[in-house]
Amino acid sequence: MTAHQKMDKADSRNRLDDMVQGLVGSPMDRPDGPLKVSGRATYAHEWDVPDMLYGVLVRATISKGRVTDVASSYLIGKNGVRAVITDDRLLRRPAQGGADEAPPQGSKQVDYFGQPIALVVADSFEQARHGANILAVSYEAEGNAAFDPEAADTETDQPEDDQLDQGDLDQAMTDAAFTVDQVYRTPGHNSAAMEPHCAIASWDGDKLTLRGSYQMLNFNINELADALHIVPDNIRMLSPYVGGGFGSKLGISPEAVSAAIAAKEIGQPVCVALSRPQVFETTMRRSETRQHVRLACGEDGVLTGIGHECLVSNLPGESFYEPVTQATHFMYGGKHRKLGIEVARINRTCGGSVRAPGEAVGMQVLENAMDELAEAAGIDPVELRRRNVPDRHPEQDIPYSSRRFIEALDEGAIIFEWDKRNKMPGSLREGDWLIGHGMAGAARVNILSEAKAKVTLLADGSAVVETDMTDIGTGTYAILTQIAGEMLGLPADKIETKLGDSDLPSGPGSGGSWGAASTGSAVFLACEDIRKAIAKKLGIDEADLRLAEGKAGRGDTAQPITEVLDGTPISAIGHIEPGQTLEEMQQATYGSYFAEVAVNAVTGETRVKRMLGVFGAGRILNEKTATSQCYGGMIWGIGSALTEELVFDNRDGHIVNHDLAEYHIPVNLDVPQIEVVLLEERDEWASPIQAKGIGELGICGAAAAVTNAIYNATGIRIRDYPATLDKLLADLPGG
Amino acid sequence: MKPFTYARATDRADAIAQGGNATYIAGGTNLLDLMKLEVMAPDKLVDINRLDLAEISGTDDGALRIGALVTNSDCAADTRVRQDYPVLSRAILAGASGQLRNKATTGGNLCQRTRCYYFYDMAIPCNKREPGSGCQAMQGFNRIHAILGASDACIATYPGDMAVAMTALDAQIQIEGADGETRLVPIQEFHLLPGDHPEKDNILAAGELITGVILPPPVEGKQIYRKVRDRASYAFALCSLAAVVEMDGETIASAALAFGGLAHKPWRDPDVEALLVGEKPSADLFGKAADQLLADAQGYGSNDFKIPLTKRVLISVLKEATDKGAAA
Repeated sequence: MTAHQKMDKADSRNRLDDMVQGLVGSPMDRPDGPLKVSGRATYAHEWDVPDMLYGVLVRATISKGRVTDVASSYLIGKNGVRAVITDDRLLRRPAQGGADEAPPQGSKQVDYFGQPIALVVADSFEQARHGANILAVSYEAEGNAAFDPEAADTETDQPEDDQLDQGDLDQAMTDAAFTVDQVYRTPGHNSAAMEPHCAIASWDGDKLTLRGSYQMLNFNINELADALHIVPDNIRMLSPYVGGGFGSKLGISPEAVSAAIAAKEIGQPVCVALSRPQVFETTMRRSETRQHVRLACGEDGVLTGIGHECLVSNLPGESFYEPVTQATHFMYGGKHRKLGIEVARINRTCGGSVRAPGEAVGMQVLENAMDELAEAAGIDPVELRRRNVPDRHPEQDIPYSSRRFIEALDEGAIIFEWDKRNKMPGSLREGDWLIGHGMAGAARVNILSEAKAKVTLLADGSAVVETDMTDIGTGTYAILTQIAGEMLGLPADKIETKLGDSDLPSGPGSGGSWGAASTGSAVFLACEDIRKAIAKKLGIDEADLRLAEGKAGRGDTAQPITEVLDGTPISAIGHIEPGQTLEEMQQATYGSYFAEVAVNAVTGETRVKRMLGVFGAGRILNEKTATSQCYGGMIWGIGSALTEELVFDNRDGHIVNHDLAEYHIPVNLDVPQIEVVLLEERDEWASPIQAKGIGELGICGAAAAVTNAIYNATGIRIRDYPATLDKLLADLPGG
Repeated sequence: MKPFTYARATDRADAIAQGGNATYIAGGTNLLDLMKLEVMAPDKLVDINRLDLAEISGTDDGALRIGALVTNSDCAADTRVRQDYPVLSRAILAGASGQLRNKATTGGNLCQRTRCYYFYDMAIPCNKREPGSGCQAMQGFNRIHAILGASDACIATYPGDMAVAMTALDAQIQIEGADGETRLVPIQEFHLLPGDHPEKDNILAAGELITGVILPPPVEGKQIYRKVRDRASYAFALCSLAAVVEMDGETIASAALAFGGLAHKPWRDPDVEALLVGEKPSADLFGKAADQLLADAQGYGSNDFKIPLTKRVLISVLKEATDKGAAA
């Protein structure tokens, strides 16, 4: 049985609300949690594969040119070294999310400093690493590399699809009562997932099993097959546990292909794990951005124009660019609009998706500019935003689906006691600390992707959920279990959810916040089909069927589900497809952030004292895991605001701070107790479970609340992120 | 990691006998990282963890001896250290993480190497790693680099906290040599400025072993450790200051000021201290002290901010140290 639904129209049945098991929405613990904290969840590097060898990638130490010689003969056969792989199929760059085909291959050409150019394989990891450290490589460097995205002679291009010139923004700026016209800059970021990338490849004849840490197996299998020149049917990928991805594992990266090639060539399984510096250098970076924002409004604070023109960067030939203006298109009104993106082509590590590509940095800056406009217009920042929520999409003239932005603003202001804040910048001091408050809006586009999942109700009254969907630490195991349990009237411990196996029915994986709503809908549809089959057996309407605690019936006449099944399991595949509702309605998630900071008047050190996020993201499937996602996003926001910055040496483009000692993600002491409030919401245009994505919403503007608070504390506008102390020092009063 | 041999020393004589052409390992919190990268590639490691050097003990003349193998955690938590040398306890706790402090030792921490990004990247030339190859930090990204005492060859800093506090406390380092003799070296003479030989961090000769650190008898006065860094914890100092300041009525009786994050060694400037002693605290005086300290300071671009930062930190700490109302 296959239950198929295409979202061509709203699904306002809200069927999950008719169910009585009480699992969906509840703050259920993750079933995989105890496995993870006790070391029983097998991550990519932890599989016990017999006869396994270890490979370590070798990095290019030039920025552009060709590898002319790899002197491997003196290494092989000594100190455990088994092979040095320089195959033409080695990946030069990681695959972009959803590529579905191999990224650029052939490691003889060097596009950036740190690019993988060879793999040294040895009996032990230590031997392989030493071999990689001492491998002698000769190069022919090309002198025309570009490293600085803003240099006058750096080539740029403008993606056609991302240029908007509506009305006359210049005129709107001239006519406006109040304007903001500022340039902001955000630095590059690395995903810095806790688990570094790793792959273990084993061949059985022509059949490859690849155990790795990946987010989107459905696409990864095709990328891998294409890279290896084999058919996808000959590959099985296993990623049951992924220790964080944040976009860096959307596509395959160099370790996957090199492990597979080496294992085939040597005839033994090969494990290739990236070191932390290699994660920084050879997986995706978020591009730095330069954002020119112009805002024009009347006396009433209502926007008449918005300009958001951005410069980002990537390697030549990459189609991905940081979609900085993604939410600017629909967030606020204003008739006159000029939005554009320009891509500088430079020889730095590949640019790609890092948590909430676009909004993470675009909303951050737009919400800074809104704060500046609020001050210019003398209007409360919350009120300014309320006044600029458009009725219809300001460019496409389509309606919005469920949107709880104003509620998030109002509720946040009440909880945070926004009205009690000090409104005069730089005038609230406790000892050496200047205290300030700031807020920002949140928005992230919503995406539904095609997904399939199989659900089987077994004769013993338990159920199995199967899909190639991944759990990247987000709670997929929990929420799919909850949806199936809710629909089938089973407690969570009667449901086994199997994920991360490419042999299972395929979904879109985890990324872009689409995983829960997409695969969750597929599970929902499969369960709905099973319910119909049960109802049929009972001779009743599915609408009247009550399934709870392993019993089936209507009203009070329930009988054990095992009796109804009578030895015959029921299985169904659910299949969801996005449809017209994505085109006809502007779908997004919204929220608000409020932050209190203390800035040291002597040293410029900033500490976030409290932070609140209020979010609306459709139906919340699990209050605990959804809240945790928001915590995580807001912590990223603190990092973006205060410390995180990829530093490149513009003489050769290498990443200077390529480890967690000097790439400063927030530590415990940087993060106060964060409060997250999830608004009750159903979005019937988004999915048959009325849920939207929530994985990235927490970061989409969060940093702006912090820097707006820094302004309130000090009177200093940070327009060049992150707000490290050196940028504040000169204008601070001192002790 | 380059293949190496490993031996476990049974006692000090054994360690020193084996140490001539080897590298000692205790906690290994810095050494192992450097060996994985092959920034350091010793042929032989001599493990000194079994040596009898993990005691903190009082001496007859009222000093406190901290054995070289006392962990940072134990040292910071020791009642005598907390009571008589609180600046040391605070400095240690301002560094690294609980896990690292549990492993890191007193002797090892003195030998901690710089965190210069270019020193850690084997693909980049570095005079400290490979003498004569050049310094890329000078024209590159140098946020954490020196503003005092640097040379044309190297602008790296000593990154630690513990030694900064020990410098303010006039600690002496016990070093045992191949001849079995122990010499006492004032901590200010232990670390070296880079000069023409940035590869040499300190005065230890081949085979010499740090056996302990002597803290002189407790002194009066306020003890303050102020550390400024890019995040609230788990980051190296951009500027740190260990201060031991004693007042005599209205005037400053003594001031020991040691700075971290500014130079290739914990930095102490006798002229600055002399300028303060015997004077009444004032904003003017503190400003003069800061100007004296920073008279020869030089920034290299991304670390220029350390000059005004250090001035602010010094003035602020002196204010706190000489403020009768504030608790030490």
